[in-house]
Amino acid sequence: MAGGDRKYLGGLVRTSEGRISREVFSSRSVYEDELERLFARCWLFVGHASQVPEPGDFVLGRMGEESVIFNRDRNGKLHVFLNTCRHRGMRVCRYDQGNSRKFTCPYHAWVYSDEGGLIAVPKLESGYHNELDTAEWGLIEARVAEYHGYVFACWDEETPGFEDYLGDFRFYFDDYCRTFDGGFGEWEAFGGTFKWRMPCNWKFAAENFGGDYYHNPSHASVDAVILSPAGVEGRHTYDAVTRARELHRLNICFPGIGHTARGEYFKEDYEYMPTYQEMPVVEDYFRECYAKRRERLGEKARFFGHGGTIFPNVSYSNGVQSMGTWNPVGPHETEAWRIFLVPKDAPDEVKNVLRHYVIRYQGPSGLTEQDDMENWGYAHEGARGTIARRFDYHYGMGQGHEKRGWPAEWLGGDIYATEDVSEQNQRAFFDCWARYLDTPPGAQGARKPSAQRAGKNAEAAE
Amino acid sequence: MDSHRDTPELERLLLRHAVERFYAMEAELLDARQFEAWLDLLDEDIHYWMPLTRNKAFGEWEGELTEAGKDLNWFDEGKFELEQRVKQIMTGLHWAEEPVSRTSHLISNLQVEEDGDGIAARCRFLLYRSRNETETDTFVGKRHDRLKRAPGGFRIAERRIFLDQNVLLAKNLTVFF
Ligand code: FES
Ligand SMILES: [Fe+2]
Repeated sequence: MAGGDRKYLGGLVRTSEGRISREVFSSRSVYEDELERLFARCWLFVGHASQVPEPGDFVLGRMGEESVIFNRDRNGKLHVFLNTCRHRGMRVCRYDQGNSRKFTCPYHAWVYSDEGGLIAVPKLESGYHNELDTAEWGLIEARVAEYHGYVFACWDEETPGFEDYLGDFRFYFDDYCRTFDGGFGEWEAFGGTFKWRMPCNWKFAAENFGGDYYHNPSHASVDAVILSPAGVEGRHTYDAVTRARELHRLNICFPGIGHTARGEYFKEDYEYMPTYQEMPVVEDYFRECYAKRRERLGEKARFFGHGGTIFPNVSYSNGVQSMGTWNPVGPHETEAWRIFLVPKDAPDEVKNVLRHYVIRYQGPSGLTEQDDMENWGYAHEGARGTIARRFDYHYGMGQGHEKRGWPAEWLGGDIYATEDVSEQNQRAFFDCWARYLDTPPGAQGARKPSAQRAGKNAEAAE
Repeated sequence: MDSHRDTPELERLLLRHAVERFYAMEAELLDARQFEAWLDLLDEDIHYWMPLTRNKAFGEWEGELTEAGKDLNWFDEGKFELEQRVKQIMTGLHWAEEPVSRTSHLISNLQVEEDGDGIAARCRFLLYRSRNETETDTFVGKRHDRLKRAPGGFRIAERRIFLDQNVLLAKNLTVFF
């Protein structure tokens, strides 16, 4: 198909020229396309299984602009329901968490079970004359996928299953899901969810988490005060280690898939580097985990993920083990939701050190992300002006210098892994984004990884 | 016979007056961006805590606030961590506070009790922030302090801050409460 008549790929999104229109971040009509064509189709993160350990437990989640109930029913099955009554739309659950076998609508008192069925309707006989087919009017339920405890949901039957949706990115999400000892141990979410509003389009955050090593100058102040719990250098737990070793710092993306990640690959094996000398229990724990991880993963233990974005709006960070969503609230505002996790069987000392660290790193009280948000907010302002919008943003860094299947073959199938700074991840993200937005509701083909394999980027390939 | 009309009542009034003056001086320091001088008002072992707030069903209040030392909180830290926050602002590179916020700290509904553990001071606060051109935030909530007597006044040994917002409406919490 010729590029000319598409609004997005080759139009507002011209990654092959290293250009993306500012409209992508600020236009109301683009935003409305996103709600219909992106958020209604993609797998979105709703919560972690450890937030609802017991039958009847529920927490609220968000998918796009909408509230959902994420619960475990009386039989232990996980569900995700749209938080809206089928009668007149009232929110059926206004509590952030709890345990309940039923959800009673406050308006006219329709009652839904923890399995979603409509189980009671006032005046079913005298008012509805028994003509209401209650089996037809249960809560609206999404497809649910649990992956190593992380729970995703999707509204679209046409979207491939979650594992297919991850595609070759699975290696990186697995790396995130592994506990520090390299196994698929159990993670446990801390109580509470960070929820806050930011004055920017959600994509500023999504693309930043997905691979922007270039923005290090944003964090000069937190690096200067040394936030790392090791207290030696920098803001990350690993800063002291990485500065002493030879490594590749990688941006990772796959043609045709919008998921992107960052991480480091050590050129050689190395012994555990003491990090928490003043905290013996913590030091012992990480030393043991390191040894087990190396034994388990062999050469692959040389890769350490830093974080990434599961397309479109699910961002995670390894180490501070956070997982969250950038929920759109109109083109100009975002409501971020984030949880943090620790290995369930870690000693309390370890849990405490990590908990302290994460809440001081990320979020509105976090020394690091505060500065990110300042930049996203005023960058967004730059996407709004009448004159400003005539001028594209530059997305050309490293264009044509992407490295394929490098530096180690096991790093993934059809992978681009480029060292240090490159905007290849942002280009992959927006190529995929544009493909979704060019696909009208009902049409197929938002995501065709196989068709994209040949070309360097999607636009050139079509 | 009114037993409050004796010396203890007068002492209570004087204590309350002293705490009020202490808070006015503290607000003066913060609003004048004398952050390092403000740190001197904090006890070495201060616990500075602001929980998250959950919407819970009537009567199930137990989980309404996240717990210190266990859950996620907006703040759950001590003096070293607060000193880091101050240092970060003083770098002049902390973009979220560059240019630095203009704040006004207002305190009201003060209640002061002294017991064996020191002084418990509870109040309501209003913290107004104006920043850059049109950024404004109004933080309103409750503050429960524990104060220690110290030369020249008091030291803050514990500060528990209840902001009461479920979804935080400010983009950051770079100001001191
Ligand atoms: S809106 Fe829920 S019962 Fe009417
Ligand atoms: Fe950042």
